[in-house]
Amino acid sequence: MRYLPHSDAERADMLALIGGPDADALFSAVPSDLLLRQPPALPAHSPEFSVEARMRALSARNHAAGDGPFFIGAGAYRHHVPATVDHLIQRSEWLTAYTPYQPEISQGTLQMLFEFQTQVANLTGMEVANASLYDGSTATAEAVLMARRLTRRNRILLSGGLHPHYRDVVRTYLGDDDDLICLPASPVGQGDILSRLDDKTAAIVIQTPDFFGHLRDLKAAADAIHAVGGLLIVVVTEVVSLGLLEAPGALGADIVVAEGQSLGNALNFGGPYVGLMATRKSFIRQMPGRLCGETVDAEGQRGFVLTLSTREQHIRREKATSNICTNSGLCALAFTIHLSLLGEAGLVRLARLNHARAGALADALAAIPGVTLLNRTFFNEMTIRIGRPAAPVVEALARRGILAGVPASRLLPGEPEVDDLIILAATELTSSEDIAALSAALAEELK
Amino acid sequence: MSMNTQGRPTGIGSGGAGGNGSSMLPNEPLLFEIGDREHSGVDLPEVEIVTDRLGGFDRASALDLPGLTEPEAMRHYVRLSRLNHSIDSGMYPLGSCTMKHNPRLNEKMARLPGFADIHPLQPVSTVQGALQLMEELSHWLMTLTGTAAVALSPKAGAHGELCGMMAIKAAHEARGQAHRTVVLVPESAHGTNPATAAFLGYSVKPIPARADGTVDASAVVAALSPDVAAIMLTNPNTCGLFEPQIREIAAAVHEAGAYFYCDGANFNAIMGVVRPGDLGIDAMHINLHKTFSTPHGGGGPGAGPVVLSEALAPFAPVPFVRKAGDGLELVEHPQETALGRITAFHGQMGMYVRALTYMLSHGGDGLAQAARDAVLNANYIRARLADVFSLPFPDYPAMHEVLFDDSFLEGSGVSTLDFAKALIDEGFHPMTMYFPLVVHGAMLIEPTESESRQTLDHFCDVMLDLARSAKAGDKERFTAAPTRAPRRRLDETRAARTPRLTWSPPEDLPQAAE
Repeated sequence: MRYLPHSDAERADMLALIGGPDADALFSAVPSDLLLRQPPALPAHSPEFSVEARMRALSARNHAAGDGPFFIGAGAYRHHVPATVDHLIQRSEWLTAYTPYQPEISQGTLQMLFEFQTQVANLTGMEVANASLYDGSTATAEAVLMARRLTRRNRILLSGGLHPHYRDVVRTYLGDDDDLICLPASPVGQGDILSRLDDKTAAIVIQTPDFFGHLRDLKAAADAIHAVGGLLIVVVTEVVSLGLLEAPGALGADIVVAEGQSLGNALNFGGPYVGLMATRKSFIRQMPGRLCGETVDAEGQRGFVLTLSTREQHIRREKATSNICTNSGLCALAFTIHLSLLGEAGLVRLARLNHARAGALADALAAIPGVTLLNRTFFNEMTIRIGRPAAPVVEALARRGILAGVPASRLLPGEPEVDDLIILAATELTSSEDIAALSAALAEELK
Repeated sequence: MSMNTQGRPTGIGSGGAGGNGSSMLPNEPLLFEIGDREHSGVDLPEVEIVTDRLGGFDRASALDLPGLTEPEAMRHYVRLSRLNHSIDSGMYPLGSCTMKHNPRLNEKMARLPGFADIHPLQPVSTVQGALQLMEELSHWLMTLTGTAAVALSPKAGAHGELCGMMAIKAAHEARGQAHRTVVLVPESAHGTNPATAAFLGYSVKPIPARADGTVDASAVVAALSPDVAAIMLTNPNTCGLFEPQIREIAAAVHEAGAYFYCDGANFNAIMGVVRPGDLGIDAMHINLHKTFSTPHGGGGPGAGPVVLSEALAPFAPVPFVRKAGDGLELVEHPQETALGRITAFHGQMGMYVRALTYMLSHGGDGLAQAARDAVLNANYIRARLADVFSLPFPDYPAMHEVLFDDSFLEGSGVSTLDFAKALIDEGFHPMTMYFPLVVHGAMLIEPTESESRQTLDHFCDVMLDLARSAKAGDKERFTAAPTRAPRRRLDETRAARTPRLTWSPPEDLPQAAE
C-alpha cells in the first residue's frame, strides 16, 4: 500500500506505546456489533499500472472535444490553455497548500489572490472582487441573495436570456418564492424585463452575451433599474468576451458575476470551474466568499491576509452572509496565470480571434438552405433555427464525429418554440476545416 | 499612469516595491509592478474583422491588465509558490482538515483527454465512460457509507451540507411537515452547520456538550419537539471523539419525525471501519478533498457529494446517472425532483476522477487500513504528549485527531496562538487553533495516515520542547514567532479597518491610517 508509511512492526510498536490491547481497542466507542471485521466488499488495492489501465479504459469511452470538429458552448468554452499554466498549478506549493489562514507561510497564495481580485475588478470594470466562488451559477444565486440584503427588497427578475441552469440554481437557492420572476426564454434576444420594474424590485439579472449568444444593452437596463432604486446584476459566462465588449461596470452594473472557466481551465465535463464576483466598494460587507487584503507585518513589510472574515461562517456561524467555506483556489490560480500570460494585448487579440471565427461560422451556417441565423449580434456564440427537431440532428452529426452545438431543448425541455434551435460556439480553436465539415454535414442532414 | 509603462524599471528580481529577497526566500513584486499592457506571453495572430457583430457594445474603457512573457510568468509564479507551506514540503497537522498526501496518479488521470477535454453538454452517447465513472464512484461511496443513494454534484463540503439540508426540507414539505422550523446543532459543530441551517430559514437550537466532549442523548431527547426538522451532528465529532450514543440519538431523532444530518468532514477516521448508514444517519456529505485525497489547492476547489438514506433518496437534486437500455443516461431536468438543481452542469468531474483513482489504488482493504492508521497516528501523538499537554477529554480514545486545551500554558504568558506560531519556526504548519469552541484555547491536531513514525516522533519532540520552553519562561520564542517565515506576524486589524482589496498605482495610495 504505497500511500501508507507504516510497517506492521511499526504499527505494533506504536500500539504498545499507546497501551491498547489491539487496534480495535482504539474504536471502543463504536458499537461493537457495527464494527466491520472485514474490509468492505470492494476491489482490493491495485498497482499504479492497473489503476491507470482501468481509468484509461473509461476515458477511451468518451469522445474528447479535440477528436473532431467541435462547436459546443452554452456556458463552458473550449479554449487553448498555455502549457505553462498547467505546469505551474501542479507545483506542490500551489497544489497541496491549504486555505491561507496562516498568512506568514501562505504569502504565495495570498499575493496571487490579491492579483486575481485586481484582475477580475479591472476586467469587469468594478471596484472590488472576491477571491472566487464555486462557479458562475452558484455565484449568480449568491449575487441575488446579496442584492436582497443590500436593498432590503425581495423581488428578483431573471432575464429570459439567462442560462437555464443558472436560472434553476437561483430557483433552488431561493426555494418557493413568489418574488422570484423568471421571464420566458427569449431566443431572439428580446425581452420585456424593463417594463416590469417597480419600487419593490431588488434586482434584475441580465446575461450578456446571453444564453442564445445575443449581446444585451446593459446601459438601458442599468438606467431603468436604478430609476426604481434596484440593482443590476450582470452575468457573463464567456469571460473572453470582455476583451472586446464594454466592461459591465462602465455601463452601470452593481454586481458582476461570471464563469471564469474560459481562462486557464479545461472543460472537465462541467467542473471544477471558477466563479467570479465583483461589485462596488460600498457593498463589500454584504459580499459572500473570501477576500484577500493588503497589510504589513511586524517589521513593516508589505504582506497579504484574508480579511473582513466577520462576514463568514467560521466567525459568525448562523449570522454569516453565506455558508460558503472554500473558494476555487486552484482554478483561480489557473485563471490568473493565463490572464497574466495574455495581458491586455493578448486578451484583446484572443477576443478578436474568437469573434472572427464566430463570424466565419455564422456566415457559413446562414448559407445552408433551411438554416436561419437568429442573431444580429453575437460575440462567439449564436443560435440557428433548422425547421425540424434539433436533438436528433445533433445526435446524427455526433455519429459522424462532429459535436455540433447544443440543442436548446436539452436545457429548455417542453418548450416547443425552442425545439428546432441549436446553439453553437466558435473559439480560436475552431478551424476553417472544422466549419466546412460542419456545414457540409449539416446541409446533408437537412436535405 | 495606471500601471508601469515606464520602460519596466521594476523587472522581476530587480527590486520593485517589495524589495527582492533571495531566490530561496523571494520578495516578489506584484504582477502590476512588473507587467505592462503591451507584453504578452501568448502568440496569437492579429486578425482583421471586416464586419463586427458587436452591435455597438464595443469596449471603450481601458482593461488595465498587465501581461508577462512566458519566462517572466514562470519566474513570478514559481517565486510566489516558494512563500507557501504545502503538504509536500512539511507536515500539516490541521485538525478537521485531513491534509493527507495527494497522489500524483490522480492528477495524471484527471488530465486524460477523455475526462478533461469533454464538454458537459455533449450528447450523452459520446460520454458513456464519464457516466460510468460517476456510477462507479457512487457505488464506492454508497458501499463505504452503507447508504441508498448519492448526490454527486455539490461543489464543496458546505455546498453538500446545503444540498443535504435542502433534501431534508423537501422531504418534510412532501410529507406535510413544513411546520418543522428548528434544527439542533451541537456547540462543537463546524461553523458551516449553523450557517447552512440559517441559510435555509431554520432557527438553530444549540445542544451543549457533556463534560466528556460528547453529545448527551438525553439532551437531544429533551430538545426534540414536533418543530424540529433535523439534527446536524459531526461524527467523529470535532473534539476527535466517536459519539458513543449515536445510535440512541438517531433513534430518538427518527422517533420525533426528524432527520439525522451527519457532517462527514471527519469520515477519514472511520471509512471501511464502520458505516454511517448503520448508525442511522439520513444524509452526510463527504469532502473528497479531505477523505479521498483530491488536492486542497490553496483553498479549493473542493467536492462534497452527499450520501442519502432510503427515506431521502427521492429528494436528491439533478443531475444523476440512471441505467437506460444497455447504456447510461443523465437525468438533468429539475422538474424530475423536488429539490431541483444546485449547480450548473454535473458537479466536480475533475475531482470525481481523482477520488476514484485514489479509491482504486487503495482498494477497500487499503481504505480501511488508512482509517486505522489515521486513528493510530492521532492516538500515538496523544500518548506521547499527554503527560505535558492538557487533555480535556481523556475518557475515550481519540479518533483521527486529538484535542488539547491551553491549561498547560497557564501562567506562562504564552497563548495558543503564540504556541502555534512558534511551530512555524520549527518547520510545521500550525495545528487548528481555537476550534472547537467548547474548550479554552483549543489545539486540534490531525496527523492523517500519511505521516511516518519518524515524522510523528519529530513533531512530538518539537511539541514537547516548545512546551518546556513556555513553562521555563522563554516567552520571546513564542510572542516574536514566527521569525523564520517569509513574513513576521501580519497586521490583520489594519487590513480589516482600511480594506485594500485591489492594487492601485502608487500615486493613488491612501494615507496610512496610523
